[in-house]
Amino acid sequence: MKKEDMNIVIVGHVDHGKSTLIGRLLADTNSLPQGKLEQVRETCRKNSKPFEYAFLLDALKDEQAQGITIDTARCFFKTEKRNYIIIDAPGHIEFLKNMVTGASRAEAALLVIDANEGVRENSRRHGYMLSMLGIKKIVVAINKLDLVNYSENVFNSIKEEYGKFLAQLSITPMAYIPVSAFVGDNLALKSENTPWHNGLTILESMNAFPCEPPLTQQVFRMPVQDVYKFTKNGDDRRIVAGTVETGVIKPGCSVVFYPSGKSSKVKNIESFPQKAIESAFAGQAVGFTLDEQIYIKRGEIMTIDGETPPPYVSAKIKVNIFWLGKQSMQKNKKYLIKLGTEKTSFVLDEILSVMNSSDLSASAAGSCIKCNEVAECIIRTDKPIAFDLTENIANTSRFVIVDKYEITGGGIVLADARDEESDIQKRVMLRNYKWEQSEISMESRAERYSQKPVLLVLTGERDTDKKLLAKELEKSLVEKNGRFAYYLGIGTFLYGVASDIKSQDDTSTEKIRRFAEVANLMLDAGMILIVTASSLANKDLKIMKTVISTDIETIWVGSEITTDLEADVVISDDVCEENVAMLVDLLKNKGYMFKF
Amino acid sequence: MPHLDTLENKSIHIFREAYSQLGNLCMLWSIGKDSTVLLWLARKAFFGHVPFPLVHIDTHHKIPEMIEYRDKYAVKWNLDMIYGENAEALANKNTYPDGKCTRIECCRLLKTEALSHTLSGEWPRWRINHANGKYEIDSNTEPYTGVIVGVRADEEGSRSKERYFSPRNRNNDWDVGNQPPEFWNQYKTDFAKGTHVRVHPLLDWTELNIWEYIERENIPMVSLYFNKGNGVRYRSLGCGPCTNSVQSEAATVSEIAEELRTGKFANIAERSGRAQDKEDGGGLETLRREGYM
Repeated sequence: MKKEDMNIVIVGHVDHGKSTLIGRLLADTNSLPQGKLEQVRETCRKNSKPFEYAFLLDALKDEQAQGITIDTARCFFKTEKRNYIIIDAPGHIEFLKNMVTGASRAEAALLVIDANEGVRENSRRHGYMLSMLGIKKIVVAINKLDLVNYSENVFNSIKEEYGKFLAQLSITPMAYIPVSAFVGDNLALKSENTPWHNGLTILESMNAFPCEPPLTQQVFRMPVQDVYKFTKNGDDRRIVAGTVETGVIKPGCSVVFYPSGKSSKVKNIESFPQKAIESAFAGQAVGFTLDEQIYIKRGEIMTIDGETPPPYVSAKIKVNIFWLGKQSMQKNKKYLIKLGTEKTSFVLDEILSVMNSSDLSASAAGSCIKCNEVAECIIRTDKPIAFDLTENIANTSRFVIVDKYEITGGGIVLADARDEESDIQKRVMLRNYKWEQSEISMESRAERYSQKPVLLVLTGERDTDKKLLAKELEKSLVEKNGRFAYYLGIGTFLYGVASDIKSQDDTSTEKIRRFAEVANLMLDAGMILIVTASSLANKDLKIMKTVISTDIETIWVGSEITTDLEADVVISDDVCEENVAMLVDLLKNKGYMFKF
Repeated sequence: MPHLDTLENKSIHIFREAYSQLGNLCMLWSIGKDSTVLLWLARKAFFGHVPFPLVHIDTHHKIPEMIEYRDKYAVKWNLDMIYGENAEALANKNTYPDGKCTRIECCRLLKTEALSHTLSGEWPRWRINHANGKYEIDSNTEPYTGVIVGVRADEEGSRSKERYFSPRNRNNDWDVGNQPPEFWNQYKTDFAKGTHVRVHPLLDWTELNIWEYIERENIPMVSLYFNKGNGVRYRSLGCGPCTNSVQSEAATVSEIAEELRTGKFANIAERSGRAQDKEDGGGLETLRREGYM
């Protein structure tokens, strides 16, 4: 069987032992080139320095002299299962840009925390940057356990403290592993020094990282890198070239380019030395000839006509920025944004909030973003550009910022800064305009079914059992009361209608909008519709109200409302039977259920 | 996606970024396996064309077969072939083989110096004339602002720290401690006048990847890499006096790949046959900071 390949980055606070951990892992698994270990030992002897495993990685002279990692290094490492590239990232705050460089090349991360020092500023900052860069597969190595006598308590308290921090970033690490890189505990082999640890070793945890699934399930996106017309040797092809970010495409597909909106059809997928190929998919660097010759240029995003969602096109964008520049990012100063292959100038229009990435504390939004700060803000580009939202398609939502020739920051697109509601409103208006009117009126349908359509939203904290109540209510309405009622489960929706939306965050606007659109259809058909939602907030309800034409009743399940929602009814979550009866009464009293 | 495809696609993406963004572009071709794979990838990226000149630094101590091979494919693939040299050092015999300087000093003169002055256009560039197959002095002396190079991260320590797009100042210096961030497939493509960018499409490839790819794509290689019956071959190519052959029976591309996967070289560094590395404390950092590839 062919081995898998994976890039893993090692991050964490300075001096917590990242390079030592990798050096030791390489040595213990016989992954070093012959003579390398001896060579480094010899160099140490010559310079009267004690040998350290970190020297195997910190190859630069400055680094050996100072004993820190300045820049990210790569080393190659094999297990039975995989070929790894291990990327050693620097832990010093001054070199955060190098850490970002290293981490962005990885799909999984090993985060090292010194048991003796505990969770430090960059332990947290690096955790935050991983979430920003989109790296979700993380293992936490709690290192130097030999210095705390292999204390399980120390291990557990760090695990708890750091776990709380990561939870705020919606990251759940795959494992916490007690190690001593210096001694070699729990790296390649399970250690006798930590009998209380029943979990994985570092090596095992690396092999347990699942491989990233290919992005072929998403809609097609290809930022146009260039359009070639090489006339040498009688070549008359006009080739649109680029790397496919997501999706799949075949010859014959109708395509639309954003932001221009120009459309054509794929004639051939060009290749060299072979002539033409059958399909192109995510990750491939390809080129297309088109049926109709249209004038497009670098910077546009190629999409397949009809695939949804299409990219956004806007000049005012809500973004999350991390700033790496020595000079603060200023409002109303010109910078360049590079998103996909587009490059244009922009200004920072508004800073909504600034956050310290090491403790997630928000500071008052000032007039600038300082080095290593993270900010939510509104930017204005010189011309409308095409992009996706990070919750939809991460790849084409990512950008970097250039200040005077240098990349000094990065970010992700959160929203088109046009007001979300007005945007949804616009779509609803168009939808209503195009709606196929039925010959049967709402009233005659209601009369026939002896009920008025209504949406019952059962909400409450995540751990309250809303599903059971929803199902019991549905049963009572249909079987006992003879009504047309339906319970639309969130899973049914998420993995069907919303299956192209990747985000973990189930309160994302687009999901709610779609959920509301599906609900709207069922309500239009005359149903009493029951849905459940965790911790519904006011803004979510607003979207639902924008999309849904009929009445909505919100029922908070639990003793007290923990969001800003003004629920119609609050019920306690303990007695299901009573709650069902109460809600049936409510439907009767409010006139949704007619008397037979 | 198979790993070789991942590597290939990334390299092609980098080529196209460089071609689109970096003004006066050239590519270094040392005739070795890495830069020949690089050349093959360029032809793929641009659908059979190579839309920039190939620059070779001729130390005049290269193994003769390398130069024959260079000129053969320059004609066959219709390449815009250019070479540069340190004419003064060669004329004064100021070289290691002539006994006048150390290996490191010789590298600095014949390679680093020759390279930087050829790139800047200060020293003559010899360009092939496809009408007669001869090299003539190139009238174009514009400095190159983008230089594509076939270095790999697994070769030695300092190369493992490289960026895909690596800026160099006016003096060709590499500021190792203060490199630009590079993430999400976005590279440093903006730079001040007088500076240039080294582009490294092969950074993520290993020596084994290179040979597996040569096998898969059937890329013609200079025959010095193969054992011709006497039990020796070259693993890494450089100047004759400083490059040692290795004991090996591998006579074909697939035998070389197998030797790297499981055989005698699975655990021995590629550049172990390069004498100048050892003079520099086991690395190439000193040379590379000053502009060595």
